[in-house]
Amino acid sequence: MTLKDVQDILEAEVLVGSDQLQKPVKTAFSADLMSDVLAFAKPDSLLLTGLTNPQVVRTADILDITAIIMVRGKKPSEETIKLAEELKIPILSTRYILFETSGRLHAKGITGCIEKVGGEI
Amino acid sequence: MGEPLKFEQSFDVEGGSFQNAGNVSGQIKNILKQLGVPADIVRRVAIICYESEINIVSYAKKGKITLSVSDEAVKIVSKDEGPGIPDIELAMKEGYSTATAAVREMGFGAGMGLANMKKYSDHLIITSEVGVGTCVNMVVMDFPKILHPDLPPVTL
Repeated sequence: MTLKDVQDILEAEVLVGSDQLQKPVKTAFSADLMSDVLAFAKPDSLLLTGLTNPQVVRTADILDITAIIMVRGKKPSEETIKLAEELKIPILSTRYILFETSGRLHAKGITGCIEKVGGEI
Repeated sequence: MGEPLKFEQSFDVEGGSFQNAGNVSGQIKNILKQLGVPADIVRRVAIICYESEINIVSYAKKGKITLSVSDEAVKIVSKDEGPGIPDIELAMKEGYSTATAAVREMGFGAGMGLANMKKYSDHLIITSEVGVGTCVNMVVMDFPKILHPDLPPVTL
């Protein structure tokens, strides 16, 4: 699946990175707590979140996240957009809630970047 | 390549500057990439730095993060002038936090920072004095030249 497919499934608006929609994606992580993202997310995954501040972009950059999906119709601030453009991290915004966003992607074959916690880095 | 790999640089972090939190970690990540450090190690160090930076920004007046890279390991020292930690064992517990609402709004402050720093480092030592500050020493080992015998020259 590509980011373009993700955009279609989620009827999402591409806010940053319209030139990167051909990027492949297989896995995702959903959270509003960035420390949990840092603890558990894997590189080359999607980050699904309801947070919109620049720290989301920083977190995504640190972890080599493929793209950020902002859920519940959230729109990031200007400085979040600016940082994402600078760091070349795509941001998509969908009106689906986090549960629906995760479920719809999972139904189409996107899996969690880990299934459950415990034991592994 | 006879030259041993040796790199060291310090970065100032301003307390309370939520806007810039992550800048230093981003710089350190780029430096490690340029040094040819394997991606997995880069990511671990970047996470450690980022949590350190968030801690300084969240709690301290100011701080300094020092990156040292050698053939054997990457070392990160995060030293701040802040309130200090009265009970380090308690502070290391996942879920324990004294964070403000502003920190929580950023998606941090849930008591995972030090736990994450420990999780991603091979060695972690904290020293702290209440009213003076905190110093966290972290080492990520197993590394560079062993995996990358032909490290490219450093251009910074």
